[in-house]
Amino acid sequence: MPEVENVSIAIVGSGGAGALTTGNFLLEAASVAGWHGLLTRTVGPQIRGGEAAALIRLASHPVECLAERFDLLIGIDWLNANRFGAEIEVGPQSLVITDPHGGDLPAIVARAGARVVKVPIKEMAKAIPEGRPNMIALGLAADLLGLSEDILSVVIEKRLAEKGRTAIEASRAGLKAGIAAAADLDLGMRLAPPKSRTAQRWLVSGNETTGLGAIRGGVRFAAAYPITPASEILEWLAPNLPKVGGVLLQAEDELAAINMIIGASYGGTPALTATSGPGLSLMIEALGLATAAEIPIVVVDVMRAGPSTGIPTKSEQADLNIAVYGLHGDAPHLVLAPQSITDCLFTTQWAVYLAETLQAPAIVLSDQFIGQAVAVTDRPADIAFIGQRAKALPEAGAYKRYAVSAGGVSPMAIPGTRGGQYTADGLTHNERGTPTSSEGDHRAQLDKRCTKLEQFTYGDHWATVEGDGELAIMTWGSLTGAAREAIERVRRNGRDVRLIAPRLLLPVQPERFTAALHGVKRILIVEQSHGAQFHRYLRAHYDLPDDVRVLHRPGPLPIRPNEIEQALMQWSS
Amino acid sequence: MSSIQTRLACNPADYKSDIKPIWCPGCGDYHVLMSFTRAFAELGLLPEKTVVVSGIGCSSRIPAYTSCYGFHGVHGRSLALATGLKVTRPDLTVVVASGDGDGYSIGGNHFLHACRRNVDITYVVMDNRVYGMTKGQPSPTTEPDFDTALSPGGTGLSPFHPLVIALAAGANFVARAFSGSPNETASILVEAIRHPGFSFVEVLSPCVTFRPDEREWKNRVHPAPVAATNDPGKAARRIMTDDGFNIGILYRGNRLPYQAKAEPRTIDLAELEREFEL
Repeated sequence: MPEVENVSIAIVGSGGAGALTTGNFLLEAASVAGWHGLLTRTVGPQIRGGEAAALIRLASHPVECLAERFDLLIGIDWLNANRFGAEIEVGPQSLVITDPHGGDLPAIVARAGARVVKVPIKEMAKAIPEGRPNMIALGLAADLLGLSEDILSVVIEKRLAEKGRTAIEASRAGLKAGIAAAADLDLGMRLAPPKSRTAQRWLVSGNETTGLGAIRGGVRFAAAYPITPASEILEWLAPNLPKVGGVLLQAEDELAAINMIIGASYGGTPALTATSGPGLSLMIEALGLATAAEIPIVVVDVMRAGPSTGIPTKSEQADLNIAVYGLHGDAPHLVLAPQSITDCLFTTQWAVYLAETLQAPAIVLSDQFIGQAVAVTDRPADIAFIGQRAKALPEAGAYKRYAVSAGGVSPMAIPGTRGGQYTADGLTHNERGTPTSSEGDHRAQLDKRCTKLEQFTYGDHWATVEGDGELAIMTWGSLTGAAREAIERVRRNGRDVRLIAPRLLLPVQPERFTAALHGVKRILIVEQSHGAQFHRYLRAHYDLPDDVRVLHRPGPLPIRPNEIEQALMQWSS
Repeated sequence: MSSIQTRLACNPADYKSDIKPIWCPGCGDYHVLMSFTRAFAELGLLPEKTVVVSGIGCSSRIPAYTSCYGFHGVHGRSLALATGLKVTRPDLTVVVASGDGDGYSIGGNHFLHACRRNVDITYVVMDNRVYGMTKGQPSPTTEPDFDTALSPGGTGLSPFHPLVIALAAGANFVARAFSGSPNETASILVEAIRHPGFSFVEVLSPCVTFRPDEREWKNRVHPAPVAATNDPGKAARRIMTDDGFNIGILYRGNRLPYQAKAEPRTIDLAELEREFEL
């Protein structure tokens, strides 16, 4: 049997069938066995009864994206699975396990020419008291992947502890039955043993690492208005902020949420909120207030398909325009984008640091894919960025909150500081903060806010720049992982391709960009947006070589490494 | 506000800034500013420990006219901003200033939830029944037949009852004041700031420019005939049936103010990642 570096599994079932639980148990068991992995879920908008699938990739090395094709597809049932047939592509080498009473295979799966095996999953579950089909599926997958019954048994015990003995024993019986049913089956490949384990590993989602990054950066107040797919950030912060002396408050709407964090930050407490596109639209006015009044705040936008309500449960990279251009007036602010589940930690922490240092709002553009995906990953390295706001200790009467200085940042008086009283204002104001409509004050304060962002040294964190070569991929956010994997495949064929993925989208970094692009003659731009927003953003702010191609498409279908690889290969011929 | 640091022997003038108000001559808001400074002086508040938060409109210009910390934010969101401030800085006295457009129209939802949440802040709405800063459009408290360029012949809509809404939503202190009686208004503000939880004070404050008829309010206002109750139902019934010019404290509730949940002990940041470890 050939040994492979990674293997992809999809477990499909209508809502309530437990496909997602199967996926979670499988990932956890694989992590115990020493493998790395990634799990994303694809679900419909229904809370119960809709279609659902767990998409898993297990590997002997860290992985940041899903593969283009599933090696093993298990359908507990196929109810409504046609709705996401394109997301569970299989090939001729794939093994598809289907319940004979589970409905018809999705057309796209049936056409693929995969080996299809029938296993009466539901009947087998019925034969076990309290038995559930998803545990049969777990047993099937475990055996085919070479995961031992012992490991899964421990995971079941741990995860179902609250459900009691009966549930645990029923699940174990299901697992055993599934393993037995897989005895005659063959996946046709074996996952290579894990590479030597050195680092501490985490089982974590991007929304969780975002929450941790916020607290590590210094955030001690969060305002929360629930929205898919950002709620998990707020739900992680809710119990954890109080543990470090912080507070989370549920707001009545996104307008309140952002104004609450402005109030908290004005009082000296670093503050954050998390939302998705519709919420970001509502927060835009107050982002302008934070810009004008120079109040540091962080807004995480976990992007989903838009416009309007769009597809709440699925990923897209189409909020770039609103994040960069959405504010009225000339309103310099920070826009950052994490590139992976672990980078959500770094980028959020860095965003808090930059916001606090520069007294400006920061928008962090995460997305549904990295936000809700769960990875088995190496523990990210600690970073030193902790928000440090320049605080004023003024003498009575002389304090100028918005004093124009060379660097543009003026020390901020925090309420409670004697002699620092001033009124923060969204009206154009002079150095003392007093409203004015004078041309001179208006220009001086616009200059000041611009200067402080432009003159700051952001360092190498502004972008991921890897490799050499005259051909470069430019991408951003969660597509960085897929682009990196495509480049690795092309490199194996002896061609070098450069990867340039900005983490800092505003303020733009023309000098660093020019340096990163030195020697590049051709650029492939890769993004998940119908309107090619990233391409237009690059055109607006940077000089690109003549030879540019764009691989772009809206969500919800992810752009997989093989598509990027093909685009690169076509170009080189 | 029992925990808040104060000092003795203050002068109302200590709470005024040197910025000249933009209000029209004769505007009721001048008297509200006077009531603010008198109340702050009577309470002996430290200006550096007091924050006046507002939204947009004539009344919302008040923070910069005090010597306290201030925040003149966006239209309608002052209560949300003040809530974020107060829950993270319970050591500060937070007073929110608003108007009938800012507070009841664009900010209506925040009004409901601030009452319900019952954070220890004082909310002062200067009600002149008109949008003054945008030159005379009808607000939620404007009479149905008030003729304006935006509502020729009037809106035909009944004004609503902010005080009753506050009671229904859970405000812990409800009062009505009249700007033309600054001493009385200051006394009400003192009580409102002292009362724990969310205190709501509606100040009838005439707009002499767009509502010259409101100059007559001074002849219509009268002290509330009965003392404040702690029964919101009774208070609501009185307010629904009075003539709208009853001045005084109308309701004092006993609800405990909102308190952020605190953990008995805080942990080291490094402990937060334990749940992710394999």
